[in-house]
Amino acid sequence: MARTKVVVDPITRIEGHLRIEAQAENGRIADAWAVTTMFRGLETIMQGRDPRDAWAFTQRICGVCTTVHALASCRAVEDALDITIPPNANIIRNLVHGMQYVHDHVVHFYHLHALDWVDVVSSLQADPAAAAKIGRSISPWPNNDEAHLREVQRRIKGFVDSGQLGIFTNGYWGHPAYKLPPEVNLLAVSHYLEALDWQRHVVKLHTIFGGKNPHPNFLVGGMACAINLDDTGTINAVRLNEIWSTIRQAQAFVEQVYWPDLMAIAGFYKDWGAIGGGLGNYLCCGDFSEGDITDLDKFVFPRGIVTGKNLDRVVEYDQQKVKEFISTSWYEYPQGDDAGLHPWEGETIPKYAGPPTPWEYVQDSKKYTWMKAPRYDGMAMEVGPLARAIVGYAAGQPEIRALAKEVLDRLEVGPPALFSTLGRTAARGIETVIISRKLSRWYDQLVDRIRNGDTRVFAGEKWEPSSWPRSTQGYGFLEAPRGALGHWVQIADGKISRYQCVVPTTWNASPRDAQGQVGAYEAALTDNHPLARNDQPLEILRTVHSFDPCMACGVHVLDATGQEVAEAKAQ
Amino acid sequence: MYYPSSMPWTEDQTLVEHLHTRGVTRRQFLEFCGGIAAMLGLESLHIPQIAHALQAIRRPSVIWIQLQECTGCPETVLRTADPTIGNLVLELVSLDYSHTLMAASGHASESALQAAMKENFGKYLLLVTGSVPLNDDGIYLTIGGRTAKEVLEESAKGAAAVIAIGACAHYGSVQAARPNPTGAVGVRKIVTDKPVVNIAGCPPIGDVVTATIVHYLTFGRLPELDAELRPLFAYGARIHDQCPRRANYDAGQFVEEFDDEAARKGWCLYHVGCKGPATFSPCPIFMWNGATSWPIGAGHPCIGCTEPNFWDTMTPFYGRLPDIAGFGVESKVDLIGAALAVGALGGVAAHATATSVHLARQRRRELPVVESSTETKGGNRGQN
Repeated sequence: MARTKVVVDPITRIEGHLRIEAQAENGRIADAWAVTTMFRGLETIMQGRDPRDAWAFTQRICGVCTTVHALASCRAVEDALDITIPPNANIIRNLVHGMQYVHDHVVHFYHLHALDWVDVVSSLQADPAAAAKIGRSISPWPNNDEAHLREVQRRIKGFVDSGQLGIFTNGYWGHPAYKLPPEVNLLAVSHYLEALDWQRHVVKLHTIFGGKNPHPNFLVGGMACAINLDDTGTINAVRLNEIWSTIRQAQAFVEQVYWPDLMAIAGFYKDWGAIGGGLGNYLCCGDFSEGDITDLDKFVFPRGIVTGKNLDRVVEYDQQKVKEFISTSWYEYPQGDDAGLHPWEGETIPKYAGPPTPWEYVQDSKKYTWMKAPRYDGMAMEVGPLARAIVGYAAGQPEIRALAKEVLDRLEVGPPALFSTLGRTAARGIETVIISRKLSRWYDQLVDRIRNGDTRVFAGEKWEPSSWPRSTQGYGFLEAPRGALGHWVQIADGKISRYQCVVPTTWNASPRDAQGQVGAYEAALTDNHPLARNDQPLEILRTVHSFDPCMACGVHVLDATGQEVAEAKAQ
Repeated sequence: MYYPSSMPWTEDQTLVEHLHTRGVTRRQFLEFCGGIAAMLGLESLHIPQIAHALQAIRRPSVIWIQLQECTGCPETVLRTADPTIGNLVLELVSLDYSHTLMAASGHASESALQAAMKENFGKYLLLVTGSVPLNDDGIYLTIGGRTAKEVLEESAKGAAAVIAIGACAHYGSVQAARPNPTGAVGVRKIVTDKPVVNIAGCPPIGDVVTATIVHYLTFGRLPELDAELRPLFAYGARIHDQCPRRANYDAGQFVEEFDDEAARKGWCLYHVGCKGPATFSPCPIFMWNGATSWPIGAGHPCIGCTEPNFWDTMTPFYGRLPDIAGFGVESKVDLIGAALAVGALGGVAAHATATSVHLARQRRRELPVVESSTETKGGNRGQN
């Protein structure tokens, strides 16, 4: 049977602009191309800027992944200038980053991913009493009662009956790949609505420490939020209480809504434990240290690499082995198209080489995307929650092992099921539970330090440029919610001379490299992957969304090499 | 202000259904339409037409397109406290296209967009986040295989008004910072024949966005705007003039170094780079995330993110603004970049002049509720 070309553009319910092209054959996906359709070209704007401003610029790489680039940037500059931030600042940054994980993953599950697993229209057939029974059986969450679920159903019915379906218009309702009974659909829809309100509250932790969300403020050297229990305008008991409230609210939702829903829904989709795995190579640069960021042994997510799905071996991660290729990307390298460059030698010279718009297909072009292809020691890597879970599991991290085991036992599947779209989705839940529990631990640590008289949040000894070396460089790494993130900075005469990022979605949405090896999305979409209806690509969305794409992050946006950006000509 | 009775008009009801729940029978409704016909001097044969039009009143259509952005602005709108995003999307409006939230993708989402624009032509509110790259035939952003410029132009055709949310949609934000490699521009450079509102900020406070939308729906017109097309209810005053730390500024009480004794007393951040004196924004009053706190309140100087080109005019962020004449207590001015001084002072003066010109022009023209604008092109579009 001949292959049919399939195009899904735009992919909605992601951050940024992504196009998926595929070739379908006999109800399965035979080949796939991940096409990033946006480039912002921030590469030269960092040139000549004050390094202490860099976190603010780079944070605007992404507003869904807010905080993460700012943190990586601070770490990069602090590494370059040999600044050790005070312990309180480290704890506050962990709290900010940790709450970002919880917010980001819960919102992703309900508002970006859930509609791939949950048939909203089917919830209208549910018996609210039966739904409440299921709800109470999986969780003590008070709003899982019949009255509440009946009201949710009435609201949705009104929506559907009005004929103005809004964001549910043209959804793939009734698609054979939806497997949940109406009652579970109703429960999920109810929680979708609750999560929509919950998410605006828990970010208040960011507001108190960083002034606002999205895009809270940071400082090279620590944080700006002074602690003084005896002043109104500083972190005092009122503020600490508010922080504590957000943590409790975050934990309650994760433990009583997100995690139970995830387990319940996963139970109906066990066959997706054999679909969408893909590469089988996982990279984690490590993060969440309770000591200093350089203290690798104290990471909640251990640093390392697993290749070929081999859970018995963790390979050491060395950032020197990261290289970026552009053989199928719309860039040129002075060294030639097949070269792979480490970020220290990185170049970002855009050169469009696709078809003219409007596009029919880009898969027939040799170069088909704005995304570069990062490779580690020549291998394509997956990063993100599954990578952290796999590396952590292989490294024997006890919390990860325990929760992974709980998932596998409840679903009655073996470890191979982790390497899949379902595994990736479950891994996101596992780490949300782990991190949400850490929030109260870190809060207690901060309070202890304050109680013992330490209120320092900023190390200012190296604030002035006169205290910096003439020329220096630094590497800032972070495990962002979507995966391993790296910022590389070079500073000369007090100004940024080069700035490079390799971002989680760069790894995952990577195109083919010079050896023809595909990237993580492309591998996952062709791994035992069904596609029942070419014009209703629900299964494609289910797998792509399992990676939680963030395209603005991924497209190579920062690289200051001091060179003029060559003018790109559209063909 | 949008629920005048104890029996709210819910999203599943047309007007006549709602009136029915409030005890108005169909016969009474038709008599009412007859009364209107008489008032308008129409013959009774027009009654069915009036009834039909009134019956069909539905939630207003809102279409949201997202261009070159970081998606921080959609996120900030998700944080709105009043109305909540749930209320807005399920009860107040019909959000007919939203890249971030909608169930359908690809052909299904794009046909939903086309249908919504067609069914509501001339009446929908267009929300835009993100900028438009113009260099190299606009190839730096495509959606559904078409350039961002094309998508925006097409979406704006049937819009009653366009609300440009955030710095990218305002003028390009960080990707437009020197040297602007993709030629990013804001919405008003592309859409020149419709009313455009800029909700400035990187990102703006979410409640300011939703307030602007609800203002339009409730009062049938856009709020008064300044020369940058920013609503005066939010951008009419400088942070400096509303700041709780202004008393410290006036008394010469400054933080000199982060986390010093002055910082631990919540003193003024001017000496560590605060751009409050040059920034029009409601942050001190509305604050952020349910009025929890705000940048200066959390100890970090304002970076001026509601002002156009702030990435170039307000940097280095920790460099000090020059004194504003008549207010400063400093005798020495610590300048970092002469352009900053000229830009800030010039901006303040020009703002005042341009705003009064803009207001005068605005009084002379009618902002439409449902029809396309009949304004002349150009007009006072501000400094850029």
